[in-house]
Amino acid sequence: MLTNEQRLTLYYWMLLTRSFDETMVAMWKQGRGLGGTFSQRGHEAISVGAAYALEPGDVIAPMHRDLGAYLLRGMTAERIFGNLLGRSGGVSAGRDANLHGMGDLGLQIIGFISHLPHSMAVSLGAAMSFVYRSEARVALTFTGDGASSAGLFHETLNMAAVWNAPWVVIVENNLYAYSTPLEQQMKVPAIAERAASYGMAGVSVDGNEVEAVYAVTSAAVERARCGGGPTLIEARTMRMLGHAIHDGAEYVPRSLLESWEKRDPVMTYRARLLEAGVSDEAVLSEIAERVAAEVAEAVARAEADLLPDPATVEAGVYAEG
Amino acid sequence: MGTGSNFGFADGEQTGDSTRELTYIAAISEALREEMRRDPNVLLMGEDIAGDFGGAFKVTKGFEAEFGARRVINTPLAELGFVGAATGMALMGLRPVVEMQFADFISSAFDSIVQFAATAHYRWKGAVPWVIRAPSDGGIRSGPFHSQNPEAWFVHTPGLKVVAPATPADAKGLLLAAIRDDNPVIYFESKPLYRSLKGPVPSGAEALPLGEAAVVRPGRDLSMVTYGAMLHQALAAARRLADEGIDSEVLDLRTLKPLDRPAILATARKTGKVLVVHAANRLAGVGAEVAALVAEEAFEWLDAPVQRLGGLDVPVPFSPPLEDAYRPNAEKIYGAARRLALY
Repeated sequence: MLTNEQRLTLYYWMLLTRSFDETMVAMWKQGRGLGGTFSQRGHEAISVGAAYALEPGDVIAPMHRDLGAYLLRGMTAERIFGNLLGRSGGVSAGRDANLHGMGDLGLQIIGFISHLPHSMAVSLGAAMSFVYRSEARVALTFTGDGASSAGLFHETLNMAAVWNAPWVVIVENNLYAYSTPLEQQMKVPAIAERAASYGMAGVSVDGNEVEAVYAVTSAAVERARCGGGPTLIEARTMRMLGHAIHDGAEYVPRSLLESWEKRDPVMTYRARLLEAGVSDEAVLSEIAERVAAEVAEAVARAEADLLPDPATVEAGVYAEG
Repeated sequence: MGTGSNFGFADGEQTGDSTRELTYIAAISEALREEMRRDPNVLLMGEDIAGDFGGAFKVTKGFEAEFGARRVINTPLAELGFVGAATGMALMGLRPVVEMQFADFISSAFDSIVQFAATAHYRWKGAVPWVIRAPSDGGIRSGPFHSQNPEAWFVHTPGLKVVAPATPADAKGLLLAAIRDDNPVIYFESKPLYRSLKGPVPSGAEALPLGEAAVVRPGRDLSMVTYGAMLHQALAAARRLADEGIDSEVLDLRTLKPLDRPAILATARKTGKVLVVHAANRLAGVGAEVAALVAEEAFEWLDAPVQRLGGLDVPVPFSPPLEDAYRPNAEKIYGAARRLALY
């Protein structure tokens, strides 16, 4: 199982994600943002726990609630803030908005498009390239309960199963697709059940428990790596803020949010680390200070960065050569 | 000489040097086979392409036996999904060539093409070197869903390249170029030309450059700008006009995106009269872009308004009198070109 050092590492990435998110939300409320953006609050254990299960050579295709996965895979907070602020030093150099378009093949990250289930099909193709080249690599992607109603979700699950691909999908079921609650989206009680109809493994996990997400993802990834085929992991959580920054989510009952607030993935993990004697207040406070400083520096650098030169607007549509 | 009944295979005829006569479809097969032999990153995906069956048009017949199931992949009937998977393979450095069974079905893959693949490089430098082969065009009584020419959708999309060869030599050379290109390329191959057209094809694996039109017939009096199967209808019309002393220049665009603007402007400025012809719907088709380009940049050379012939603004009808009414042909081109010449 996880060592204490690994547990502190998980905590660090979750706290960095949370701190980034809180800073981002505050900036947007202060009018220092650009366009819209998407809060991660409530999703930290999923993105961090799942990404932590990968080897460096594995490919990951995160979505807009997976900031922790981008950070953990080596994308710096500065580049991500730069993307949010449309800066030339942002991941997409001002081409794509907020957390979209944050692909970097040097980090084995595939960027997503708003049409979320496309990351499933594209990451499946990455997985099939590993089969093609007889490489022991795995592709992991993320999608949401909303995307699970789209045809491409089902097309991809079917192909992944038929091809026995080294591929894992995490369906982040946060109970709402924008304003539409789960019961208006699907009849089945658990998205994980859908896997069986395609002949692939499906499992549900508590998406607020980082170690549980890590364990389930690790098992799926290693099975895939050994030729055991794909897995659908449904990670249940709650989107604690609106769909996007502008959305007050008045359609979500306050009592539901209050009950999930008690299960906050970052705070409950912190309490557990203390209870289990993994760490103490001094160490956890030191991590918090380090995280706050990293985020502050990233924001300062991104805000100081230049906006892109309009003369470059047509550059990069095509790959040269 | 091939009989045309063996789906283009062994449809070659040695002429003693490195150029043989091949059918249009045999040239496509040859390009695929040679490129797969040359580059281990090239693989094929599509519906029914593997095994002895070898695809609805038999373009890949025998390929699995030579290259193995790893490189010749039968897909479920899920265009949106398998084009997305091809994009993922391409991002990882492979060069998938996807067979769309009919160009008409490409709309099922539309999001994967225009939203993901076409934008990935602009957004985050994700190069997507795939090719979609799209058997297109009609005139062969195949009805609304096996006859379409949807190239304008893709010409309108930033990040794609669009190719439409009209001869066996171009079918081979442009397919080689499309596979070697680092961008997503839609390759519209013309079903009516598959086995009806034969021509000289070099045996070497030389790619032709994308984005270069060809003057297939030089002339003085007017310019026909066309591509795909309509090239041959235009040439037939030009021969008939020549008998009447009207000398037509015929420009084959060959690549629709990027469009060879200098070649279009050169022929317009040379003859001063331009007729654009394509089988796709005329309304907002590629011909509209050609006409606009000529109007914007060659207006002072024009001696007549630019004319366009294209499909009518209706679904492609099935029954022969209806499809013939829908679609341009040599007779209609002759009439339009003659009126233009006499303007």
